[in-house]
Amino acid sequence: MTPNRRQRLSPITRRRLQVFRRHRRAYWSLWLFGLLFAFSLAAELVANDKPIVMEYQGEWYIPMLVDYPETEFGGFLPTTADYRDPFVHEQIERHGWMLWPPVPFSYQTLDRDVQGPVPSPPGARHWLGTDDQGRDVFARVLYGFRLSVTFALALTVGSILLGVLIGGAQGYYGGKIDLFGQRLIEIWSGLPVLFLLIILASLVEPNIWWLLGIMLLFSWLGLVDIVRAEFLRARNLEYVKAARAMGLPSRLIMRRHVLPNAMVATLTFIPFLFTGAITTLTALDFLGFGLPPGSPSLGELVAQGKNNLQAPWLGITAFLSLSVMLSLLVFIGEGLRDAFDPRHIVTSTTTARPPLAATTHAQESQP
Amino acid sequence: MSETPLFELRRFSVHFGEAQAVSELDLHVDHGETVAIVGESGSGKSVSVLGALGLLPPGSQVTGTRTFAGRDLDRLSRREWNELRGGSIGFVFQEPMTSLNPLHTIGKQLRETLRLHQGLRGNVATRRARELLTQVELPRVDELMAAWPHQLSGGQRQRVMIAMAIANEPQLLIADEPTTALDVTVQRQVLALLDELRQRLGMGLLLISHDLNLVRRHADRVVVMQQGEQVESGPAQTLFETPQAAYTRQLIDAVPSGRPRPLPPQSELLLSASDFSVTFKRAKPLLRPRPPAFVAVEPLSLELRRGETLGVVGESGSGKSTLASALIRLLPSSGEIHFADQRLDQLGGEALRRQRRALQIVFQDPYGSLSPRLSVADIISEGLRFHHPELAPPEVAGRVAEALHDVDLPADCGHRYPHEFSGGQRQRIAIARALILKPRLLILDEPTSALDRTVQKQLIELLRDVQAKHDLTYLFISHDLAVVRAMAHRILVLKDGKVMEQGDCETLLRSPQTTYTRALIEASSLT
Repeated sequence: MTPNRRQRLSPITRRRLQVFRRHRRAYWSLWLFGLLFAFSLAAELVANDKPIVMEYQGEWYIPMLVDYPETEFGGFLPTTADYRDPFVHEQIERHGWMLWPPVPFSYQTLDRDVQGPVPSPPGARHWLGTDDQGRDVFARVLYGFRLSVTFALALTVGSILLGVLIGGAQGYYGGKIDLFGQRLIEIWSGLPVLFLLIILASLVEPNIWWLLGIMLLFSWLGLVDIVRAEFLRARNLEYVKAARAMGLPSRLIMRRHVLPNAMVATLTFIPFLFTGAITTLTALDFLGFGLPPGSPSLGELVAQGKNNLQAPWLGITAFLSLSVMLSLLVFIGEGLRDAFDPRHIVTSTTTARPPLAATTHAQESQP
Repeated sequence: MSETPLFELRRFSVHFGEAQAVSELDLHVDHGETVAIVGESGSGKSVSVLGALGLLPPGSQVTGTRTFAGRDLDRLSRREWNELRGGSIGFVFQEPMTSLNPLHTIGKQLRETLRLHQGLRGNVATRRARELLTQVELPRVDELMAAWPHQLSGGQRQRVMIAMAIANEPQLLIADEPTTALDVTVQRQVLALLDELRQRLGMGLLLISHDLNLVRRHADRVVVMQQGEQVESGPAQTLFETPQAAYTRQLIDAVPSGRPRPLPPQSELLLSASDFSVTFKRAKPLLRPRPPAFVAVEPLSLELRRGETLGVVGESGSGKSTLASALIRLLPSSGEIHFADQRLDQLGGEALRRQRRALQIVFQDPYGSLSPRLSVADIISEGLRFHHPELAPPEVAGRVAEALHDVDLPADCGHRYPHEFSGGQRQRIAIARALILKPRLLILDEPTSALDRTVQKQLIELLRDVQAKHDLTYLFISHDLAVVRAMAHRILVLKDGKVMEQGDCETLLRSPQTTYTRALIEASSLT
């Protein structure tokens, strides 16, 4: 099974994996980032204002997934039960049991029973304290991390699709398409992005989809140049010419022969797109033009930290979570860049071949 | 001749980690003598010399004794090394395109060398630089001093490199494949120049080459290397006349030989082009009229009969490859192209793509023409799978095996990747990729130029067999007349996009009509 799969990976891919694994910092960063992201994906199980499962009068309930009206548990209102409400809480405890997540607050939960003024400092009840509305900072960071990463992920995927499509068309067909495309992009990229985002965000009711759409308008620009250059180069490679001589249509040639070349540059660019997306989102939230109020956002936390200098845990938490996230991404990016660099020498063990021979054989067109 | 040799290596070995690149080489060069190291690519020729002069990257170890003019090279300090290299020992490398700095003028680069090693400045340096350029027989020296490297041809650049190498009156000149990247006619001139300089300046010349023809004519003594080992050494004449080692004999015999099979008398016309030309538009400068288009191939007519091979010969830049690419409609052209019973020049889109099956091409560079990401079976079957989507995978695999068999490669190499193969094997893969589509015309664009002589010979034989087996028509492009003679029925000689002459191979080679053709024939020293 394993040898079979290894066979299917091309030697280049295998070599890249090897280099990436050797790059210890990048390798560990990838693992750590993956774990953090997986952890944040399960945020509802970790920090929630609803129990995960409960039993009430001999019946099972899953409040995490299903909204039950308060009347179900002996309350008076037909609205969704508030499990933190002392009355409901007591009712359920008397007729059954509840399994709470380790942090019994969601990102929007206002803790009314907090001791002292808000923002309250870290303690046993709130691991990272509360913000100035009495919301649990840990829960907000956890959900905020998830939102940032998924947002960046969506934006990156979108930018890659757009950037590869537009850059590829320009590079492969060249000529007038390229000429006018490039001029258009030059003008487009001359626009002050942040201001435009702010203006657009104040024209519409900002929600996550609007923000994604608006940012997508600009984030693909950086990729176009790289992809275009790769396509320009690759269309003159001999194996691409050979494919043309075989009578393959352009779309097949692009997909099978040219795109893989461009993907190298694109993949190395991904971490930068990713960090860029996170920073822009954070900046917009910080300025108050980003996600709608109440959403878990790291930018808003930064703003809170700035407004509440007397509560340093806000600023410190925001700083640490952002810097850890961005550093991990940069480390992964470094590893990716090395893995895709054909000149990067795999250290000692396997392929110590004289560099002279390597240069005379000018290995792969060199991506 | 002095008692101690000028440059000597004894039991000299080079290692890269575990791998041994050169083992136990014995070599010496005397004053005024030309010694050649001969071998195929990867035999350790260059590595041994670079290693001896401490020019290999870190990670390599050299062992054995090496002396230059009686000094032990192992004991030199860094400063002494710097004085030696470029001072008493001059270098000329293979790539004239990359060994000059493109950002400085020729004059500046020459003066730089003079200043570093001899401390010459100002007018003195300029005068000496001019003298050197005259010495390497370059014309219009004053213009050259102010010229940039890109304005010079390959041959001129190589002469400038030689001028720089002899600037400090070295005792030993090392020329590493000095003419490999040059056109045949230029090769001779550069070697003649090296010979003359050697005699005049009394230098020792260490010539590294894969080209036996050239070595035979210029070297006093020869060392033959194979895979890092010294196979044989001795005076050039005896070595060539009575080679001792089997490998040496194999190298000497590796001259393209044989003739193409004669054509059947009534062979029908397969491809014909009339009034065929290729032009490239030049960019229009702002506010000025567009300059006239660049004519890459001037109007010409040609015919190819079924089973025939037409050799297209010319130096680099003569438009050979452009002609070939345009004939199979990879480049725009004007004029009529008839292929079988169709007007190829009027086809477009889908119809042209369908027709491409019958017109295949094999490129020069065996390293660039195969996608490094696909397995050999994928590479070979790609066109087949597109043109015949009805074939089931086992049938495709069968056809791939058949194609591999045609080019004498084992059938089990399909799941391997191109980088696992040598240059000659890769070229076979490229031919298999073309053959699987059952083409009628195969264009071979310098298919053997990047290969060693012995491999070249095998490939030529293979191509002739394949032609007979599949009744193929070839358009064979090459700068090497010896190869063309072994392949072609007829020859077309191109120079600067113009047809110099065209005709039957033997007749043309025996009695060339133009001086250009005569120079080409002379330069390739046909036996």
